[in-house]
Order: sequence, then C-alpha cells, then structure tokens
Amino acid sequence: MDAIQLSPLDNVAVLVRRLPAGARVLLEKGEVILDRDLGLGHKIACQPIAVGDKIMKHGVSIGSATQPIAPGQHVHLHNMQSDYLPTYTLEVDRRFRGAGTP
Amino acid sequence: MNHVRDDAFLRADGRKGIRNTVAVVYLVECAHHVAREIQLPFREAGVHLLGFGGCYPNDYSFRMLAALCTHPNVGGVLLVSLGCEGFNRAGLLDVIRRSGRPAELLVIQECGGTRTTIDQGRERIAHLLRQLETVPRATLTLDELVIGTICGGSDGTSGITANPAIGLAFDRLVAAGATCIFEETGELIGCEQILATRAVTPPVGTHLVESVEKAARYYATLGHGSFAPGNADGGLTTQEEKSMGAFSKSGSALITGLIKPGDVPQVSGLYLLDVVPDGEVRFGFPNVNDTAEIVELIACGSHVTLFSTGRGSVVGSAISPVIKVCANPETFRNLAGDMDIDAGRILEGRGTLPQVGDEIVALVQRVAAGTPTASETLGHQEFVLGYKSFEPIGPACHPAPTAQM
Repeated sequence: MDAIQLSPLDNVAVLVRRLPAGARVLLEKGEVILDRDLGLGHKIACQPIAVGDKIMKHGVSIGSATQPIAPGQHVHLHNMQSDYLPTYTLEVDRRFRGAGTP
Repeated sequence: MNHVRDDAFLRADGRKGIRNTVAVVYLVECAHHVAREIQLPFREAGVHLLGFGGCYPNDYSFRMLAALCTHPNVGGVLLVSLGCEGFNRAGLLDVIRRSGRPAELLVIQECGGTRTTIDQGRERIAHLLRQLETVPRATLTLDELVIGTICGGSDGTSGITANPAIGLAFDRLVAAGATCIFEETGELIGCEQILATRAVTPPVGTHLVESVEKAARYYATLGHGSFAPGNADGGLTTQEEKSMGAFSKSGSALITGLIKPGDVPQVSGLYLLDVVPDGEVRFGFPNVNDTAEIVELIACGSHVTLFSTGRGSVVGSAISPVIKVCANPETFRNLAGDMDIDAGRILEGRGTLPQVGDEIVALVQRVAAGTPTASETLGHQEFVLGYKSFEPIGPACHPAPTAQM
C-alpha cells in the first residue's frame, strides 16, 4: 500500500512513502499513476475533482480546487486553495452559521 | 466488554482510581528539595512528587493542586511548605481532607529545618502507605473512565497515523460512555467552523469558536510562529489541513462541552480543554512544554493520557499513566522501549487505522486494569505547574448531570 485514505469521505489519499513520477499507486477505487515525484505526506486525487469542489481530507473540507484535478494528480498549492478566513474577521452572525446543525 | 476491573480504588468521595498513589507536594520551590528527599525512598512504592514553585499566590495553581490532590488515582497527600510562601496551604489541606483523603502538612520552618522535616515526612509517608493498603475496592467500567489526549514531538506522520487512530479510539470510547478530553486550542486555528458544527448545542459551538479565537490572539501577541501556513514541503497545503491533523485526535463524536484546567466533566462525552489563559497575555506561554498539558488533562480527571508522538517524546507523568502512540515507524524502532503503540506501522502496510484504533482502546482498558505503560515501567513521573489566569467557565459549556440531553 502506497497511499492511505484517512476517511471514506475523502477525495484525496496521502502518500506513505516517497515515490517517483510514473509510479503506479493502488487506491481503493483502482490504480492511478503519479504525475510527479512526491514525498511522504503529500496528497493525490482519488477521483476526478472539478474547479470549486471541496478537497476532503480527515473527512472534512481542507479547501477548494482551483484547477480540474484528475485521479493520481498531486493536490497542492498549484491546484487548490484555503477557504479559511480567521473567524475574528467575520461578522458575529456569519461566524456561527451552521453551529449545532449536522 | 465495558468491564475494566473489579479492584479499582474507591475513594471516600465516590471517585474510582486506576492507581493508588501518595502525592508529596511542595508548595514553593524552597520546599522542593525536602519534598524530593521525603519521596526518594518511596519512589518505587507509588509515591509521586508534585508541586508549585512560585512564591506568590495564584488562583489557577491553587485550583490545579486541589484538583490533582483529589484526583481519583491519589489516595493520600503530604503537603510540604517552607512557611512564608504565599500558597494557601490551610485551604488546600482542607480541600483534600474534605474529599475524604488522608492528608498531612509539614512546615519546614516549624519542624526544625531540612533534616527533621525529611525524617518526619518519611514517617508520615510510611503511615499514609499503610492506610492506602486498606482502601476499598470497586468495579470499574469503561463509562467511568476519563481519557485525555495530546500530541508532542509531532512530525509529518502524526496527522496521518497516530492522531486519526486516536480519533477512532476516542469515537469508540465516547460511544461506550467514557469521557474523552482533547486540548490545545492553538492547534485548532482553521477548524473553527468544523468545531462549531460538531458542538452538541449552538452555545457550546460559540464557546468552542471563541476559545480558538482567543488562542489565535494570544499566540499572535507572543509572536508564536506556528500559525503560518502549513509546511508545504511536508505536503500540507492549507491552515485548515494542518490543524485538522491535530484535530483528528478528537475523532468524529459531537463535542459535549468546553472545560478549563481543573474542571472535571460531570457528564460523559467529548470535551475540548481550553488551555489558553483568559484576559491579557500574562506569565508567558500558555504551556511551556508537553508535561504542562498532560498535568492539565490529569487535573480534569484523566485516568489515562494518550500521547501522540512522531519524533519521539519519552515522557510519562506523575499521578496518571501516559500511553505513547508512536506515529513514525522509524521512531518506533529507534525508541521501542519508550513506546506503547506502533501506529506508524500503517505506513508500512502492517496495519490499518481501524486496527490501531482498536489496539489503543484495548490498551486503555489494560492500563486502566493495572498494566503499567512503558513510561511507568521506566520510572517517568514528570510534573510541571506554573502561573496562569482563567475566568470561570459558564454553565452553557460545562453541562451538569441534570442538564444531560
């Protein structure tokens, strides 16, 4: 096993060791080919991801795609971005939107 | 499955311990040497050394020592005072005695100095140990356990092996009715919205988010650098991703409440421990090292602490056992004698996250039943306590038994 999906909700998997470009990585949904050399801890897409889709890791959104991402492609600064805004810059009524709802 | 042991240590206040410890407590640094000398011959006999070094009184340190001296793992206490420090020794003695625990006080200036206080102290300890032998025993079940978690010496593996495995263990423990506590609000910056959606009620969500905002401001004032965007070289892309690595220790259960150091949850569930002081920045960094955080988890009643480490911490703790969950397989091979769980084996295909999560739950039960952890076997009894300042927490985030939903 070369990559782990931390939650069933995730659309990315995390590499568990350094692998070269072209390496075949077996994921739960099939095999993908790495598009570049990558080290431990880097993320690759497990499924096609469209622009604006949430990047899911640990079962939660860690940001949004800024480029279309194909399965096996590296997911990092070049194709995703943070959605995080420090909460103390938000209005109070926006801050807790969703609080207490599933 | 929820049965842990039949011979837990039943204290007069009804709480149940998994260890039967006598605490020797210095109330100022000037009494530290005498307290250490008193403890030394009894170190292998379950006598632990703790204390507070400051001379000036502080509500937080009083509250912490009161919580620690009445912890369910503590069966008796010897307080060691110099005599002129600011600590409210009579108040602490009273709190401990009112909990039904035997407690003694020695004041060095009234005992004739170092030599005589050490001699008297050792006599008192021998007497306390005899009293502990007859402490009543009781059945302990999983829903009566309090389990804390922290991470320290983290590396790129922590967020993908040990932390999510602890999260899975927490999910199982919370489902079994145990009380689980995670902490370090400073590591949750970026996860505020997720925190809010995991709160049992909107008011709890508000308090959770505010605790993270407070941490962000506090660390910014201190010029702490750990809230820069995650380390991209290690594969982390966003702030929320970096924080999720630490947050994943909490699992996926709803968060019952927010507590502060020394608050003992009265209702089972998952709690966030807010370790960052209230008000303006005073007294320096919130927690000077991992041990300060472990001590705060124990002051909230933790019987056992799950310590996630990547680079390889070796610490244990006074009062309550520490289970070391090693995230990195290389570290595990290097420091095998200090580690309890090899979570990093996931990276080598020798196990899965659910398997490691199950292993953690099983080990929590064995340790609670009396099996020593690696750090206990090695004699680790780290302890540190400094100055802090907190406002009491509101009832909305610290549910009472009658308010259980």
